[in-house]
Amino acid sequence: MIEASLKDLAAALRAGTLSSVELTTRCLERIEALNPALNAFITVDRDGALAAARAADARIAAGDAGPLTGIPLAHKDVFCTEGVRTTCASKMLADFVSPYDAHVVSQLKAAGAVMIGKTNMDEYAMGSSNENSHFGPARNPWDATRVPGGSSGGSAVAVASGMVPMATGTDTGGSVRQPAALTGVTGIKPTYGVVSRYGMIAYASSLDQGGAFARSAEDCALLLTAMAGFDPRDSTSVEREAEDYSRSIGQPLAGLRIGLPTEFFAEGMDADVRAAIDAALEQYRQLGATTVEVSLPNAKLAIPAYYVIAPAEASSNLSRFDGVRYGHRAAEYTDLADMYGKSRAEGFGAEVKRRILVGTYVLSHGYYDAYYLQAQKLRRLIAEDFGRAFTQCDVIAGPTSPTVAWPIGEKSNDPVQMYLQDIYTIAVNLAGLPGLSMPCGTGAGDLPVGLQLIGNYFDEARLLNVAHGFQQVTDWHRRTPAVG
Amino acid sequence: MSRQNWEVVIGLEIHAQLNTASKIFSGASTAFGAEANAQASAVDIALPGVLPVLNKGAVERAIRFGLAIDAEVAKKSVFARKNYFYPDLPKGYQISQFELPVVVGGQVTVRVGEGEAAYDKTIRLTRAHLEEDAGKSLHEDFHGMSGIDLNRAGTPLLEIVSEPDMRSSAEAVAYARALHTLVRWIDICDGNMQEGSFRCDANVSVRRPGEPLGTRREIKNLNSFRFLQQAIDYEIQWQIDTIEDGGKIQQATVLFDPDTGETRMMRSKEDAHDYRYFPDPDLLPLVISEDWIARTRAAMPELPAAMRTRFEADWGLSAYDAVTLTASRDTAAFFEAAVAAAGAALAKPCANWIMGELAARLNKAERDITDSPVSPAQLAALVGRIADGTISNNAGKKVFDALWNEPDSAVDTIIEAQGLKQMNDSGALDAIVDEVLAANPKSVEEFRAGKEKALNALVGQVMKASRGKANPTQVNEVLRRKLGA
Repeated sequence: MIEASLKDLAAALRAGTLSSVELTTRCLERIEALNPALNAFITVDRDGALAAARAADARIAAGDAGPLTGIPLAHKDVFCTEGVRTTCASKMLADFVSPYDAHVVSQLKAAGAVMIGKTNMDEYAMGSSNENSHFGPARNPWDATRVPGGSSGGSAVAVASGMVPMATGTDTGGSVRQPAALTGVTGIKPTYGVVSRYGMIAYASSLDQGGAFARSAEDCALLLTAMAGFDPRDSTSVEREAEDYSRSIGQPLAGLRIGLPTEFFAEGMDADVRAAIDAALEQYRQLGATTVEVSLPNAKLAIPAYYVIAPAEASSNLSRFDGVRYGHRAAEYTDLADMYGKSRAEGFGAEVKRRILVGTYVLSHGYYDAYYLQAQKLRRLIAEDFGRAFTQCDVIAGPTSPTVAWPIGEKSNDPVQMYLQDIYTIAVNLAGLPGLSMPCGTGAGDLPVGLQLIGNYFDEARLLNVAHGFQQVTDWHRRTPAVG
Repeated sequence: MSRQNWEVVIGLEIHAQLNTASKIFSGASTAFGAEANAQASAVDIALPGVLPVLNKGAVERAIRFGLAIDAEVAKKSVFARKNYFYPDLPKGYQISQFELPVVVGGQVTVRVGEGEAAYDKTIRLTRAHLEEDAGKSLHEDFHGMSGIDLNRAGTPLLEIVSEPDMRSSAEAVAYARALHTLVRWIDICDGNMQEGSFRCDANVSVRRPGEPLGTRREIKNLNSFRFLQQAIDYEIQWQIDTIEDGGKIQQATVLFDPDTGETRMMRSKEDAHDYRYFPDPDLLPLVISEDWIARTRAAMPELPAAMRTRFEADWGLSAYDAVTLTASRDTAAFFEAAVAAAGAALAKPCANWIMGELAARLNKAERDITDSPVSPAQLAALVGRIADGTISNNAGKKVFDALWNEPDSAVDTIIEAQGLKQMNDSGALDAIVDEVLAANPKSVEEFRAGKEKALNALVGQVMKASRGKANPTQVNEVLRRKLGA
């Protein structure tokens, strides 16, 4: 059952050979067995899940089922869920219960998906290893001494270890694609504006985008279709017709032009990752695709640009966590400034504080032009690079991460080393393009390697089919870690 | 110390609360006076994950204002975050506009002073931008703690910034009053100053003529025209005294204390916040199409300045009358309706009645002109009957009284019922005059001896004898004729 696709699960549910309550119960059992070691979930809503499963079974019996009705799902703990606490993996919100559902949450509720619980993450989605969590690190199911990547580490682990067949995540600089790569699952971040950010706790508003994790591209397409769509409550949500992201699945890949950015293959990639990526590209050529070298000359500036823009927005976005209306408030304080200071000092972890400080600095009088405005210029240049590249190719391919999963603690004291993990993913967010990662081989220690596919704006359906074509002729996405 | 040899420089920032039904970035109501926090939505409270959505009605009002002051309505403007921590600022930033405001430039011409000394002054505007209001901190009733009421948080404001074009408190007040009239005229703000719907900040500096601008101090939150005048006058004198005593003005923000009539420092420049403005990534740039501007322009009412010019040119009103009658759109509408019924030739008497008797009665009764028991048509009929000599001006006041007390009655019916018609029959008047002359030989003698005042006494006697029905002008003529004068 762990290996079953969403399509097969839906068919079994409709055929009556499986009930949503049974399926949900098995997920809950697996979480109970594996979560103590992997720490994928911050909160498991057993009662809520079973109630939702019973309701789904009734819907299925009534013939009112969609493709996701009755299928268990986990939400990254950055999405607000009415009645179930939403922590953002922070002490600041450790006891926060939202009075409303995020748009993504209500969409999936309406689709009949069964919300099992809330997954672990880097605090406020800031991190690439899931080590920055108030609730402790999530662990990689392929090797529990290693990180699963981040910030959506818990969702990646939950899918990789078979706790749930699908999960939501968010991706600001690679937070869906990189953990997908490090845990061997498929993850997609759509074009900025495709998934409503309403109810998704903001890290960097101009970069944050909801995304989907599942075991295959075909499954990701089903989940993304349910998550996406225009939402008037998010002014950056793009007003366009609802899309079926599965619509291109199965189309042949012959004639596909795959762009390979010179800069991604020049240096920095570990040899084992390089070997897996090269083999995957060979596979595509066998499927009839051609590869063409493209250039993203400004991509190397993505990390410095990102680490100005994202902290700047974060420093402002996180101002609302002041201990006044909700969230952590210090037990004792002498005056208002002291209350703010102590509440935030106690409530936020080190990485969050680091980014708030950086962001405050780059927005300060006298520095704004030199940092923030420069970074915005770089952002435009990076987007223009992609625009030029897409005149030569249909999709861009390369590594998702320069390395396989690394041991917990190895980079946690070196922020710059940690930031470099996102070197291949960040430019995509700065440009607002869709990106996907899927397992394409293994590196040292038999650890998964992810291939990143980048599409042009609103080209998610093609991107998913390009991944699907690969998954039709390979088994990397079917590999399951030996846990439990 | 004197004010001679000093030039005063004043610029105003006015916050006009826009009269939209819901807030600028949320669907919560903006109605005043609800129970604390009853009108604070998830967005207003700044719950995690919520996002702002711009209220088009607020933009529409900003466009109207831009058109009314002949400014440029920006095709593209940008909302920015102004970052600072305060408990009544739930997000930790205020959404405002910084580098690219929605309204750029513009001007208003105002009438300053009264009578002979009155003059017109044109004041340029720098900009007007949209922003959200903060909530309120309540420091009473909580025993050492503070309460927070977020009902006002997110209320739309238009911040209207003038150039430093004003040279006296009188000019500043005239400008503020003109804007107060204008925002109500174009129906973007209710202008209620007690409820804080229209608040002024004044930037004041002094210099010796010809010198560069002096250092300014900003007086915050003046919510009446009287306080605006008092605060500026106090501040001017304080700055002159300080400099003449050898001191220097430090840039600062000050508050006006209405009880003492003084300004006192709130914070110095050193304490000023670094607001770390940057474009709000949750909101797209505000793009206003030519078409939207054109549609808004087509729906604009005639503006007070244009109306004043028309009243003066077409109907011969004085500048003072024109300003007074355009103090509000309702007053102007009443006046225009009255003139339409009475005829253009009677515009001046219509104006006099509206500014005189009607204004006094409305004021005394604390009623708005829209609730006037006397309609424009009735007032026009009344003015018509005075003009055609049917009744005297004095009798007109009686008719007005009757109309006020019995709103549905007709002017002619009242004149008839109360017997107010003037005596226009010269035979009857001749008889009365003869009687009066016979009964008052002393006055007749005095008049003939050259004492003009004696005639007044005789007129009075005739009027009395006619029970007020005689036409005083006619009485005068008959008397003079009979006395051979």
